Amino acid sequence: MTDHIVSSYDVELDTLRSKIAEMGGIAEKMLGDATMALVRRDAALAQAVIAVDERLDALQHDVEERAVLTIAKRQPMAVDLREIVSAIRVAGDIERVGDLAKNTAKRVVAISNEMQPQKIVGGVQHMSDLVQAQLKDVLDAYAQKDTARALDVWQRDDRIDALYTSIFRELLTYMMEDPRNISFCTHLLFLAKNIERIGDHTTNVAETIHYLVTGKPLAAERPKSDESSFTTVPVAGQQ
Amino acid sequence: MTTMPNIELAKATAAEAADEAVTKVVARDVNVYYGDKHALHDVSIDIPEKAVTAFIGPSGCGKSTFLRCINRMNDTIPICRVSGRIEIDGSDIYDRGLDPVQLRAKVGMVFQKPNPFPKSIYENVAYGPRIHGLTSSKADLDEVVTMSLKRAGLYEEVKDRLTSPGTGLSGGQQQRLCIARAIAVNPEVILMDEPCSALDPIATAKIEELIDELRENYTIVIVTHSMQQAARVSQRTAFFHLGKLVEEGSTEQIFTAPQDKRTQDYITGRFG
Repeated sequence: MTDHIVSSYDVELDTLRSKIAEMGGIAEKMLGDATMALVRRDAALAQAVIAVDERLDALQHDVEERAVLTIAKRQPMAVDLREIVSAIRVAGDIERVGDLAKNTAKRVVAISNEMQPQKIVGGVQHMSDLVQAQLKDVLDAYAQKDTARALDVWQRDDRIDALYTSIFRELLTYMMEDPRNISFCTHLLFLAKNIERIGDHTTNVAETIHYLVTGKPLAAERPKSDESSFTTVPVAGQQ
Repeated sequence: MTTMPNIELAKATAAEAADEAVTKVVARDVNVYYGDKHALHDVSIDIPEKAVTAFIGPSGCGKSTFLRCINRMNDTIPICRVSGRIEIDGSDIYDRGLDPVQLRAKVGMVFQKPNPFPKSIYENVAYGPRIHGLTSSKADLDEVVTMSLKRAGLYEEVKDRLTSPGTGLSGGQQQRLCIARAIAVNPEVILMDEPCSALDPIATAKIEELIDELRENYTIVIVTHSMQQAARVSQRTAFFHLGKLVEEGSTEQIFTAPQDKRTQDYITGRFG
């Protein structure tokens, strides 16, 4: 893309991009650290994740203010308008990713002293690895305006949904086996749900990238495999 | 019953609206030469009835030249030669049997700089209907003047001083007087060549509001250097560059997702 006649306009757009890149880096690290804190039962690391969320919130406000000011000053058109609208949207999604990572970290703190079956923690860790890969890919796709890569992330999310459904079922089984597992499993269930929702935000970003590059919304229905909403526990004596 | 997703419904409605639009002005392969200079190259466009079409493009791109072809204003320039075909309601406006004066009554024009006659407000508006013999009595003429001033959104501001000179009005009022003068002869098409470029933002807003009201009854073509104005007032936008019509489409599409790189570069301020 050629430069604007007014060079300060390019500087404003570049600043927006770099702020979003910084936000993305923080959010990725928050999710990675929250997961590591879960696996290692590291409450201190979880606390650090909680603390860093403030920085992400401040950056989101900064992006929004800059975007609004650029709209007021430049009255952007076409690809510039899409770029600024996309920056506002993506900043919102990344901020939510940060909130969900923070919430995950809070639950890690809550369950850090409880007995944890490693097998089930391993399932959540695996799901988090997939979500972290999604997050990285979609942020790279955003930086490079790569619709093909964004579309790949968008289509891949159903694997995370499917994994979440299996974790949900597994946790139900643990809880049914021994009521002493309920507290831990409930926290882990919410924790897994937080991570699954981060995956949903990566698909939002993917949709935004498609709009940014093509000017059109992603029309098709995204494949979904989260069946936990329909999963129930069979009551004893009933089929 | 199956429900159609909203986006599909919106598309279908837009498509229906496009089908219903009646073409008022058709231009095919229009070329304009000023002496040896080839100013406009093979311009073909359909201009819909009762809608606002905006022409945008850098200075010297040919948009005003093309606008002036639609009411044969270029006839007044001796070295100017126009080829190709322009039809209004299916009739060739360059037909030798056609009187350009009658054409210009049908196709009114509003210029960049307000240019009221050095006459009273009343006479400015009454002049056209009088020379075209559109009214049969003083009462008729009074009514045409009042209606035209009302339609131009000026009547309330000038009703007590119709005999005052038109040149004594503010810039924005003068421009609305020129619009009243243009619509007094009952035109079907109104051409506007940068009608707000000499006006302050409030007078500009009033003219834009007026354009929005006028499109219910008239086909409007506006040349503007303000992209925001084109985006606000028009339904169709055409981008001209170096004497060529580069891209034409719905205003929404041109300003959010233009197809041609030159259009994109121009509207986003990237032209070197």
